[in-house]
Amino acid sequence: MAEISLRGLSKRFGEVTAVDELTIDIPDGEFVALLGPTGAGKTTTLRLVAGLERADEGQVLIGGHDVSALGPAARDVAFVFQQYSLYPHLSVFDNLAFPLRSPARRVAESEIGSRVNKVAEMLRISHKLASRATQLSGGEMQRVAIGRVLVRYPAVYLMDEPLSSLDAKLRGELRLELKRIQHDLGATILYVTHDQIEAMTMANRIGVINRGKLIQVGSPRQIYENPQTIYVAQRLGQPQINLLPAGVLLNGSSPRGIATVGARTEHLKIRKAKSGNGIVDWIEHLGDQNHLHVKVGGHKITTLSSPVNDLRPGDSVAIELDKPLYFDTQGNRVER
Amino acid sequence: MAEIRVEKLRKTFGEFVAVRNSTFTIPDGSFFVMLGPSGCGKTTTLRMVAGLELPSEGQILLDGEDVAFKPASERDIAFVFQLFALYPHMNVRRNIGFPLLCQGTPRAETRARVEETAKLLRIDHLLDLPVSGLAGGDRQRVALGRAIVRRPKAFLMDEPLGTLDTEFRELMIGELRQLHNRIRATTVYVTHDQLEAMSMADHIAVMNHGVIEQLGTPQEIYDRPATLFVADFIGSPAMNLIPFTGQVTPGAKAIDLNGAKVSVPELAEGNCESELVLGARPEHITFDDRSRFRGEVFGTEYLGTMQIVTIKTQHGQVKARVPAHVTMKAGETVGLSFMGDRLSLFERKNGRALKTALHREATRG
Repeated sequence: MAEISLRGLSKRFGEVTAVDELTIDIPDGEFVALLGPTGAGKTTTLRLVAGLERADEGQVLIGGHDVSALGPAARDVAFVFQQYSLYPHLSVFDNLAFPLRSPARRVAESEIGSRVNKVAEMLRISHKLASRATQLSGGEMQRVAIGRVLVRYPAVYLMDEPLSSLDAKLRGELRLELKRIQHDLGATILYVTHDQIEAMTMANRIGVINRGKLIQVGSPRQIYENPQTIYVAQRLGQPQINLLPAGVLLNGSSPRGIATVGARTEHLKIRKAKSGNGIVDWIEHLGDQNHLHVKVGGHKITTLSSPVNDLRPGDSVAIELDKPLYFDTQGNRVER
Repeated sequence: MAEIRVEKLRKTFGEFVAVRNSTFTIPDGSFFVMLGPSGCGKTTTLRMVAGLELPSEGQILLDGEDVAFKPASERDIAFVFQLFALYPHMNVRRNIGFPLLCQGTPRAETRARVEETAKLLRIDHLLDLPVSGLAGGDRQRVALGRAIVRRPKAFLMDEPLGTLDTEFRELMIGELRQLHNRIRATTVYVTHDQLEAMSMADHIAVMNHGVIEQLGTPQEIYDRPATLFVADFIGSPAMNLIPFTGQVTPGAKAIDLNGAKVSVPELAEGNCESELVLGARPEHITFDDRSRFRGEVFGTEYLGTMQIVTIKTQHGQVKARVPAHVTMKAGETVGLSFMGDRLSLFERKNGRALKTALHREATRG
């Protein structure tokens, strides 16, 4: 495995700047997720690292070597795409062995057998090795697609939303699986997703990206607890962070320079009170948790509440803030 | 608006039975979600209600009138598809007004109804803009407007949010439900996404292999799953299903899980099969050093306020949902205990929930 360094990487398509001076170091063995909405430049970044696109400016370093001028084959990277494509006429074994049988590699057949078996075991598809690729379920197919990349022992892995075509249940299973495999192999992974849960649960570090720019990089906990901008604060957390104008819950004593108060569930204390400052609007039952929607001074806030509580729509509640996040007029975080 | 009643509905495609024998009633003004994996028969059911597919047997009553064999155009219902298509050469106003133009509605009335609809959807400021420049959310609102403007007896929706990315989907879930609260139109909504179903539905029908496995309110289905399939399908992560062998009798308040005594809701019946399954939601599991039910922490998944901890036990993997500030290390041995009054028991082979103080009347469709 190897480390990846991106230095001042930019890519333009005509008028549009898809990636804008992006700089990040991914140490050997780290799992980094780039998180952002559709069109943020995540996939373009990944394709620049893979060599599928040429950067207009900046460098890509893999294992300390500048690979910016090299083609994809010479970069020793493995790419897992969103849509898995297997060879339908081949067995699972042959699909997994395919990259090793490439004339460019010349791996001995005995070595191929042992590597394929090892990867199949890791992905828990050993019992399917003899099956045709078309006889597999969606989750199994995607595991084979990931397996085909794992047999190669490349320098780095690049993954473009590899779980997004799966249903919710399988996605949950493969999240934990992928994290375990990464840990066992000590693999360097650059992973791209718009799903905050994938980013939070798998990555060592998350890079929040917007309009081609990397806004903040940090561990999931750092990004969640310590976002530097409103944009970052809105990317993590369900329900989404509540954003209120400074005057609403601070009883007129709004601190200087603060335009917006960001309050997550853990920043809010809500209790039933005769003449409170808020009114329960409705309670959304999501089974495991309830979302409590409260109206306060013409604004709405949504928090998690335990399924067992005594609040009803129309109830008056007292809302207090407990160390919320503060932002200035530009949307930047202000420490207090 | 109307009540929809479906009676003994059946649909076969050659040998394949898509819908087995469905009977249910959708009350006037309710938001009804048909939930299940692909191929469970939910879309086929919806298409039969719409008149896009003829049933093999059974009745579909719209406000008491059997419409099962009437063409779609005579049913007075509006269908919203997964991929919404707008007329690109028309502006927002003409897109929304199009169904009325087809019906020959007078101009003044069309104008008034389009404006009323646009206000309801909060797109009245966009009426004279071309649809090509609109953002995704506004395009979806225009598509909805085109369905609403006709004031049909019911709305049918087939995964209308399926293609949207997560963040935007969550926004639209909230909007659709609020729109329903304002107009209270009978709505039948098909999805495989349990979160969409839990967030929007008044009633959910959980389908599998052409059969409705359970019909109830979201909370009821979540708290008292009638079958193993429902228990496993609803919830993220799903209910922990822990297999064990044993005998239970009516009145019992505890089970023996390989030497660990676990209290359960008082049983109202005994079991016929000895192979049983204990069902426990991740949030009904707590860490308890004194418990004899033990396991090793396999991994944690941080979610901000909460985290999911996966524990390897001799009964398989168990997932617990605990606050994010509790520190857990992979490899650590922990004891687990259960919130006894919230557990479910199932017979493994037929998948049926045993009746207990919690599962008084486990309804099955």
